[in-house]
Amino acid sequence: MGFFEMTKTALRTVLSRPVTILYPYQPAKKTDLTRGHIIFDGSRCISCSICQRKCPSQAILLNKEAKSWQIDRFRCVVCNSCVETCPAKCLSMDIQYTAPASAKGVEIFTITYVKPPKPEKKEEPKE
Amino acid sequence: MTKQIIVPFGPQHPVLPEPIHLDLVLEDETVVDVIPSIGYIHRGFEKLVEKREFTEYVYIAERTCGICSFIHGMTYCVGIEQIMNIEVPERADYLRTIWSEYSRLHSHLLWLGCYADSFGFENLFMNAWRIRERILDVFEQTTGGRVIQGSCKIGGVRRDISNEKLAEMSRDLNSIRKEIEELTNVFLNDDTVRHRTRNVGVLSREDAYHLGAVGPTARGSGVAIDLRKTGYAAYGKLDFPVVTDSCGDCYSRCFVRCKELFTSIDIIQQAITKIPEGPIEVKVTGAPNGEFFCRAEQPRGELVHYIKGNGTKFLVRSRIRTPTLTNIPPLVKMLQGCELADVPVIVLSIDPCISCTER
Repeated sequence: MGFFEMTKTALRTVLSRPVTILYPYQPAKKTDLTRGHIIFDGSRCISCSICQRKCPSQAILLNKEAKSWQIDRFRCVVCNSCVETCPAKCLSMDIQYTAPASAKGVEIFTITYVKPPKPEKKEEPKE
Repeated sequence: MTKQIIVPFGPQHPVLPEPIHLDLVLEDETVVDVIPSIGYIHRGFEKLVEKREFTEYVYIAERTCGICSFIHGMTYCVGIEQIMNIEVPERADYLRTIWSEYSRLHSHLLWLGCYADSFGFENLFMNAWRIRERILDVFEQTTGGRVIQGSCKIGGVRRDISNEKLAEMSRDLNSIRKEIEELTNVFLNDDTVRHRTRNVGVLSREDAYHLGAVGPTARGSGVAIDLRKTGYAAYGKLDFPVVTDSCGDCYSRCFVRCKELFTSIDIIQQAITKIPEGPIEVKVTGAPNGEFFCRAEQPRGELVHYIKGNGTKFLVRSRIRTPTLTNIPPLVKMLQGCELADVPVIVLSIDPCISCTER
């Protein structure tokens, strides 16, 4: 590489903006498809537990009696499998990553969905 | 005869991205023998296949490797599809090809960076990784994940890429090609780099063949084996050369990878012009009953997924043989007779991916 070539590269590097970003201060690059973390909407969950069965890392646990839906964010691999299979569309993917945590644990959500009284199917009434 | 001493190399070493341990038997400064040992990051993926449904195992197969993850997932899916006689839509095949080639670009650029670092050229390392960042951005825009794409599934692919996006990717690759030309110019023509890599770690054609070298390690020694020529996914419909070089030293292996970057760009652009419209997945019912031996070309060489099912949701056996495992015997051969100072360059020249190797 000749001298002028080197000067060209050096000048370009000096004059152009840095390629890296100062991440915590500047927001990271995100796209619409970025898999950040899973959001649960308790008002729409019909307690079918498909998400629990389809989770490859077994991070989701649904308790029909206690009406709770829990996720272990440390087990979750954010594969989008539960979001794709959810029939009630109560799960969605957010593009932001979860913040670092200092202790392991699960996040528990309450299912507030109340079945509309209209259709008389054989499903058991909820309270 | 001089006294022999043993110098341990790894498992933790500045040039090694992942842990592998080599016991170097030295006579003065010359390496006379090498005793490799692996087993630091075994994760038991092959056993896990009995505990997860075959559809879920795609995610696990993909996590075998952090660099060529897409190709691992794809090979597993192709294996299952062959057992179950599923015909994948043509568009899905093309999309798989495009993502595979992006994986190759990403992996080779990563390797070029690590390689530059191994002979102490920090600036070149940064430059290679800057280009790699653009490839990762494309991955994130099209699949949602930068490293683990999760876009391959049994029976097709999970996400489609719109035609506008494909055209944009193709245009983008033209500017990436210019940057890569500038980068590979340094790797191939710079005197200092050439001095560190020429005639270092020579592997003859016979040795490469008999010791079972695969991928760029074999092609650098003149063995023209490229599994993409077997025509899996959409490779059969695309036209591309098999890059080989004859010297078998570190420079040759670097040369092969540098030229493969351009081949990959050509393949992606060809695939983008030829991609047909249509569905991207077919519905899968039933469970695999039978066995299949599926091979694909990873950035590092030949990857083998052996899959056996018995008609239930859980597979009976999965065996993954990765390219680095077969490249370790050639590596031992290359290291015999080299200088101690050249060991990092030679070890890096096979592009070791130890997580893959130990599964």
